[in-house]
Amino acid sequence: MTAYILRRIAIAIPTILTLIVLSFVLMEFAPGSPFDSERGIPPAVLANLEAKYGLDRPAIERLGIYIWNIVTQFDFGPSFTYRDRTVNDIIAQGFPVTLTYGIWSGLAAIAVGVPLGIVAAIRHNTWIDYLAVGFSIGAQVLPNFVMAPILVLVFTLWLGWLPGGGWQGGQWNYLVLPVIALSTSFMASIARLTRSSMLEVLNAPFIRTAQAKGLPMRRVILRHALKPAMLPVISYLGPTFAFLLTGSVLIDVFFSTGGIGQFFVAAALGRDYSVIMGVTVLYGIIVVALNLVVDLAYAWIDPKIRL
Amino acid sequence: MFRRFARAFISPATNPYPEGATEIVAGRSLWADARARFLRNKAATGGLIVLLLLIAFALFGDLIAQWSNEEIDWAMLGRVPEVGGPSLANGHWFGVDETGRDLFARTVQGTRISLAVGIVGALVAVIIGTLYGAVSGYVGGRTDQVMMRIVDVLIAIPYMFVLILLMVVFERSVIMLFVGVGLISWLDMARIVRGQTLTLKNREFVEAAIATGVSTPRIILRHIVPNLLGIVAVYATLLVPSMILFESFISFLGLGVQEPSTSLGALINGGAQNLRNETPWMLGFPLFFFCTLLFALFFVGDGLRDALDPKDR
Repeated sequence: MTAYILRRIAIAIPTILTLIVLSFVLMEFAPGSPFDSERGIPPAVLANLEAKYGLDRPAIERLGIYIWNIVTQFDFGPSFTYRDRTVNDIIAQGFPVTLTYGIWSGLAAIAVGVPLGIVAAIRHNTWIDYLAVGFSIGAQVLPNFVMAPILVLVFTLWLGWLPGGGWQGGQWNYLVLPVIALSTSFMASIARLTRSSMLEVLNAPFIRTAQAKGLPMRRVILRHALKPAMLPVISYLGPTFAFLLTGSVLIDVFFSTGGIGQFFVAAALGRDYSVIMGVTVLYGIIVVALNLVVDLAYAWIDPKIRL
Repeated sequence: MFRRFARAFISPATNPYPEGATEIVAGRSLWADARARFLRNKAATGGLIVLLLLIAFALFGDLIAQWSNEEIDWAMLGRVPEVGGPSLANGHWFGVDETGRDLFARTVQGTRISLAVGIVGALVAVIIGTLYGAVSGYVGGRTDQVMMRIVDVLIAIPYMFVLILLMVVFERSVIMLFVGVGLISWLDMARIVRGQTLTLKNREFVEAAIATGVSTPRIILRHIVPNLLGIVAVYATLLVPSMILFESFISFLGLGVQEPSTSLGALINGGAQNLRNETPWMLGFPLFFFCTLLFALFFVGDGLRDALDPKDR
């Protein structure tokens, strides 16, 4: 198992480095200097500005400094548009919001998806199974940018039950719509995966053995079937987190939550390169870290790897 | 060689023909088998019909539209919420958008761009992925190790962000979108193709090609790649909807295609931003076309996979 974990870490580190270098190279290609403005800055001022932000040094040196600052101090440098704020300030402001409803969405997707999948598998070919299958097919074409406007149309404009945007420090009624919009498609995928792997496991000989020795069905499922059935679901969770993070960008923008995605899109539209890059790298690190956690969970649960 | 493959795949349980029929109707090709299997799948056939209708809509919708997609109906301007709704009388069958342009013509245009992004993006992904995977699998050894480790590293990157960065740095043109969307999706394709190549490279026909002195690039292009087409076709169809999703996501954020061009994602965005103006048609029509298109593509892709790749069941 140590070798397995080391191998995973050996992939994680170059992944993050690749991401940093890739975004850095892309930014080097970006036309214009971040200090271009319509009025035109005197060359002396420009030179001073570039010296202040270290832009007068060769690219390779700046890349080295950038990586060094991230590794040692988790410092993503200054924002080029907001002169008084650093990328870290922006992250500190937006990240807690995104994290809050991101965690709720992940929990909701698992808490509804897994039981739904299990029940659908146990009651194979009954109405509840068809309901689960129908839901998971339907949710495939209902990505978050389709869900979000529909939810607002129904629950905010027609019924008037819930606010259609804002955050208000994370009061529950401001959380509901973002969480539903973000989690639905993952809920459906998790339900579908759980169902199919559960069906497979329930047909395995060791389940028949468990039933043959007279165990009640509940115990057979919880003690014997659940763990092996969860393996494909867990390996799916890694990419899910990545999609949750990407999806959160849209949720932030659509619901104006003040989360990190709103800053990201504003930065993308305003060409604030250091913010775009900082958020990209931060999310890359989070995704890789979560993937690592998922891999460890996989190792812990799958006896084939534990050896 | 395909034929032999096909025989091997038809176990009694999956044989679509009555007992013994394969002996009587000898010489059915894999493609004929696949077609039969596909057509018996009602969801897939229905999906295909809907898909063809949508393609016809995207290609020829212009011809029946009463307004062009750039024309502004000045009579509507300023009172779109009151008079801009769908109406047969003034020729705005789907209503008008917030700037008074005909939504029917815009939806035709958006469906066309979305389909194009999906198809071109999938094509880019397929070409890169197939070549990469075939080379990696065929050459093998250390090269294979290195090439697959590179895929392992790249696959963990959250690409939506890189794609947005790409769109910001370079012009937000449709071409860039095509290429960018394709570039981020070839990794899975490469893995699948490599696996398939490994099973092919020790076959007699490859050995024969080596023995007669065919060069390695030629073996890969002329002998390996054609035999991968079945599996490649399946995954390419499944890629198209996810490419469309990608593009729509980015266009919804306003970072994708730019005015006056549009896509279904951009139209949905336009509708969503006007929700509070009581103009539900601006959201409804693009949304309907988007969901129908995705549904159709998923069903066709699923049907194709079942038809061409029965061992996956």
